[in-house]
Amino acid sequence: MLPWLTALMLALLAYGLYGGLVLAPADYQQGDSFRIIYVHVPAAWMSMFIYMMMAVSGAIGLIWHIKLAEIVSICSAPIGASFTLLALITGSLWGKPMWGTWWVWDARLTSELILLFLYLGVIGLYNAIEDNRTASRAVAILALVGVVNIPIIHYSVEWWSSLHQGPTVTKFAKPSIHIDMLIPLLVMAVAFKVYYAIALLLRCRNELVQREQGARWLDEILEEK
Amino acid sequence: MSEFLHMGGYAFYVWTSYGIATLVMAFGVVKPLLQHTQLLRQLQLKRKRGLR
Repeated sequence: MLPWLTALMLALLAYGLYGGLVLAPADYQQGDSFRIIYVHVPAAWMSMFIYMMMAVSGAIGLIWHIKLAEIVSICSAPIGASFTLLALITGSLWGKPMWGTWWVWDARLTSELILLFLYLGVIGLYNAIEDNRTASRAVAILALVGVVNIPIIHYSVEWWSSLHQGPTVTKFAKPSIHIDMLIPLLVMAVAFKVYYAIALLLRCRNELVQREQGARWLDEILEEK
Repeated sequence: MSEFLHMGGYAFYVWTSYGIATLVMAFGVVKPLLQHTQLLRQLQLKRKRGLR
């Protein structure tokens, strides 16, 4: 499955990058700097999407004690944290030429920063508790409490006045972005989702092997190699 | 081509964004792959010790 996913991701990335960097016209206000959108927005979407994946699979692990759900939950955390970091860094690199500042303490940026701290808190808490199962339960509760932050991030640009622009795609009305700019953006978003699947599978495999040391199925695999 | 690299004067911001994104995302798959090899090697060693 991994080679297929990798091929799919590379194809989507190639198409999305070509469409975004070459085919899409320059923005009439922002010139070529808007092209940062093709990493910034998918990364920001992923930072929230992965958080929800982490919280939901954490809840599943908490309620039904499914080991695999616990593993998916904790393995999502570092990937989500890296996307949050990317969203913040690329946002900063976009903010400097457009807003004239790297950082501003407004609602969108601050709530995204809190998201990063939530991810780091989850990772730290998991590593601080010796027993994996107990750690997973503690982490799931923390992740679920942190879900409050997700709608805050999304609506922050509407609830508070902000330097950050309002939603242009994720709203009920027609997206206010030209189709030639929109398509590469959506392709990049799908490519990032496939990337998440790949990174998640790789991490889960390690976590599973680590947890199941001494299990018979693992021994049999090791014997074959 | 050079016009493309110039990015209408925003080259630094655009390419730094893409560069950092590439680095971070590459790290996110390379690290677990390395860990995997290391983990399997450790377990093989352990298993061989156990068999003896």
